[in-house]
Amino acid sequence: MASVSVPGETVRGGLLRRPRSTAGFWSWVTTVDHKRIGILYGATAFFFFLVGGVEALFIRLQLAQPDGKILSPSTYNEFFTMHGLTMIFLVVMPLSAAFFNYLIPLMIGARDVAFPRLNAFSYWLFLFAGLFIYSSFALGGAPNGGWFGYAPLSTVEPGNNMLFYSTGLLMAGIASTVSAVNLAVTIINMRAPGMTMFRMPVFIWMALVVQFLLAFSLPIITVGLFESLFDRRFGTHFFDPAAGGDPVLWQHLFWLFGHPEVYILILPAMGIVSEILPVFARKPLFGYQFVVFSGIAIGFIGFGVWAHHMFATGLGPVANTAFGISTMIIAIPTGVKIFNWLGTIWRGDLRFTTPMLFALGFIAQFVVGGLSGVTHAVVPADYQQTDTYYIVAHFHYVLFAGAIFGLFGGMYYWWPKIFGRMLNERVGKVQFWIMAVGANLTFGPMHILGLEGMPRRIQTYTPALGLGVWNLVVTIGAFTIAVSVLIFIGNAVASFRRPKDAPADPWDARTLEWTVPSPPPPHNFDEIPVVHALDDFWHRKYAETEEGTLVPVPAGGSGDPRSDDAHGSGHGIHLPSPSYYPVIAALGFPLIGYGVIFHWWMAVAGAVVVLAGLYGWAFEPAAE
Amino acid sequence: MRRITRQALGVGALAVVAAACAPNNHQDSLNPQGPYAQKIDTLFTPVFWIAAAIFFIVEGMLVLFAIRYRHRKGRPQTPPQIHGNSRLEIGWTILPALILVGVAIPTVSTIYDLARTPTGNVLNVNVVGHQWWWEFDYPDQQIVTANELHIPVGEPVYVSLCAAGVGYGGVPAPNECQPGPPKGAPPSAVGDDVIHSFWVPELAGKQDVVPGRTNHLVLQADRPGTYTGQCAEFCGLSHAYMRFKVVAQTREDFDAWVRAQQADAVAPPAGSLAATGMNDFLNGQCIACHAIRGLQVNGQPLTANGGPNLTHLMSRSCFRGCTMPITRANLEAWLRDPQAVEAGSWMQLNPKLSQDQIDALVAFLMTLR
Repeated sequence: MASVSVPGETVRGGLLRRPRSTAGFWSWVTTVDHKRIGILYGATAFFFFLVGGVEALFIRLQLAQPDGKILSPSTYNEFFTMHGLTMIFLVVMPLSAAFFNYLIPLMIGARDVAFPRLNAFSYWLFLFAGLFIYSSFALGGAPNGGWFGYAPLSTVEPGNNMLFYSTGLLMAGIASTVSAVNLAVTIINMRAPGMTMFRMPVFIWMALVVQFLLAFSLPIITVGLFESLFDRRFGTHFFDPAAGGDPVLWQHLFWLFGHPEVYILILPAMGIVSEILPVFARKPLFGYQFVVFSGIAIGFIGFGVWAHHMFATGLGPVANTAFGISTMIIAIPTGVKIFNWLGTIWRGDLRFTTPMLFALGFIAQFVVGGLSGVTHAVVPADYQQTDTYYIVAHFHYVLFAGAIFGLFGGMYYWWPKIFGRMLNERVGKVQFWIMAVGANLTFGPMHILGLEGMPRRIQTYTPALGLGVWNLVVTIGAFTIAVSVLIFIGNAVASFRRPKDAPADPWDARTLEWTVPSPPPPHNFDEIPVVHALDDFWHRKYAETEEGTLVPVPAGGSGDPRSDDAHGSGHGIHLPSPSYYPVIAALGFPLIGYGVIFHWWMAVAGAVVVLAGLYGWAFEPAAE
Repeated sequence: MRRITRQALGVGALAVVAAACAPNNHQDSLNPQGPYAQKIDTLFTPVFWIAAAIFFIVEGMLVLFAIRYRHRKGRPQTPPQIHGNSRLEIGWTILPALILVGVAIPTVSTIYDLARTPTGNVLNVNVVGHQWWWEFDYPDQQIVTANELHIPVGEPVYVSLCAAGVGYGGVPAPNECQPGPPKGAPPSAVGDDVIHSFWVPELAGKQDVVPGRTNHLVLQADRPGTYTGQCAEFCGLSHAYMRFKVVAQTREDFDAWVRAQQADAVAPPAGSLAATGMNDFLNGQCIACHAIRGLQVNGQPLTANGGPNLTHLMSRSCFRGCTMPITRANLEAWLRDPQAVEAGSWMQLNPKLSQDQIDALVAFLMTLR
């Protein structure tokens, strides 16, 4: 076997010399290590989280009182559109991808993902897509037709704003599709010996479901985005009723992607919560199979509910009935998960660490979003609720008070593994409570605002509606959330000032990533583990009597991972080598995007860059 | 404990909602004022209480378990290792399913109930969504008005919803609403081709206005009064200003209103400032978009082409999507620079009007009672 890299060895073939740096800027640009790519995803997503959050604060300042004057209508429309686009495509999806990238190989006992260079390509293309969309602010105006980009508004309004939307999302879609295939193959093919499908951690199951949702839903919006792009740029009439097109076609394409997308956003957080609860309850997940199958069921049914976003479009009573009922059905597997989580903490020995608080907060708040979701399935009620702040309240309870809380729980839980340093627990708990109060102050009153007649996406409202008080409360809540995020940043920065002293298994956890040092070595495992059970690591530490009582396995016993001699230097382990080509290939895509919007020669230049990257990539061996 | 506090606050908040709807808010879906909105509310209320019950059960269990099973010093860290319980899990799959069946049955029957075309004494109204105002067309009464929908109380109103119906190139799209008499008048030729949503919460749920389609909605008011509505589908720059009023009147008052609306406009006395304004109106840019019934140019009646019909402008209380009262000062501001008053307004003044023209036109408009 060849070694990782032998200094001084000449590298032949390919357009460029093989990158050699193992530290510093270029080592990160050329890395194909799933752990570094995971960190890049996480850092980028967190940056966009701050940007999208600032946009939200501006929106809330504008709406704090009736007749607000902070933002002009055109800026307001850009900000609410970019807030939605950012939080969905540039925050929650990549933050989930960060956890997927970092954890999937570690949790299934692999040394990397199936296609490490594709993995790097996915990250860089995602980053460039995000920067491309944001560059619109400097190039004549950001997308302003809503994240849902309804035609014909998105195809007839003047300006290039919505061209950045369609081309930018096409790029992000390519990145996500590539990543989905990569991670699905990794999970299916690269599990350690003995890790059968039903010995995989629930987080890995949810990750697998998400990759399939991505792979099957992204092509649908790709079609829609191309049609939108062609209508705007090349004079087609897909959504033009006067020429036989139909605006409702866009709605079907968008929501047939858009609803599975909702589960793409929430299932990772559900997986994280399913990992955290058993650790801090010191009990196995209640009904593992039930939780797994309900996740799979959500994945399948998620493709059959899209038109509940369109109950007021005029599809007729038959379609509305069918989609109302399918929407009610999807509430059942979702409810199963909540009850199984309750079963997990029942009779446990609960330790309220920060990750545990976020996981419990997730459950408490996701219930609100789930229940309001059922009221949308009551179709006539949705005739009142749709396109009001009641909907805004609903999906923020799911995506902020749910998904983001779960992801914060994941950050606190895996931070010591990823960075080798603990976050401060006391500060973390303070952050949790401030964030929980802020989230409920922000999104709770929105239910009331919506039912009392406040539509979504309005830049201002009249004092006569008497909505000023609740809107002020919402704005105060939004700034409370901002304070909690600042506290998190402080906690994170402070953690880097402390020595790297996190133990391999600080939480007495259950899954394989805790068997390796914190942070893990580049090769993850000195020896690929052999798995004998679900929660294999836990069973190495604890035996279970006939009555289900825990008995610790004595320290230093056979198979005890706590003994240090298990960790070698990693010499002689075959790892993929870093490469310039993924970032080069990705760099061509935004050029193509600018070419579509501005000048065709930029698209040609971009295509040349992409092809050059792919050419070099194809002739470069995966590892030296 | 703080979780409990939070929930107590939530309950308190709900109580405040029930008690403290703003007195001026006539856009409140929790305050139905007619049978169609009432049907929705009757369906929503029990669903809300079922959801509230489930909420308290789940949150209660969560809090209870969190307190009861918290780690205490000295307690062995070896809780019983329970891996699951099939009977319980099947139970909490079937129970929600049964509750949902109970919710689904009235839901489906209400869907069909609301979709039924009303019969008997029905007022037909065509509603045309424009960027950013509402055109109300009474085909049987031969009336066209804007932003203020008059209806008789106690009678169902069958609303047909159309977008102004113009494709990408200003080409007319199929449009069943036939905006405005005379029948078959050409549809608007400016902008106006995006999706809107017609929503007057106290009288009915909302229904989208989709280019190329004709949707229908039934609404009815039980009592005379003014109910406000608003476009609920994002439709561009001045979406927030696309509001309207529904004025419900007794049958006699409504009939009187219809007769007044059916009358032609009366030309102002010759030599007055208003007559100068009428002259400016008929010989200027205004007639490219606006119609006034009873006036003619070259022997031809005026036809509306994207702008509101102004025949009885002063009988209405509001303009700019019913967000500004019709006053002399507001009309002057509008004529001086429409884009300054409404972001993105389609009313292009080229060239701009002089102050003399504005004074004359406002004087004329204020005669249109």
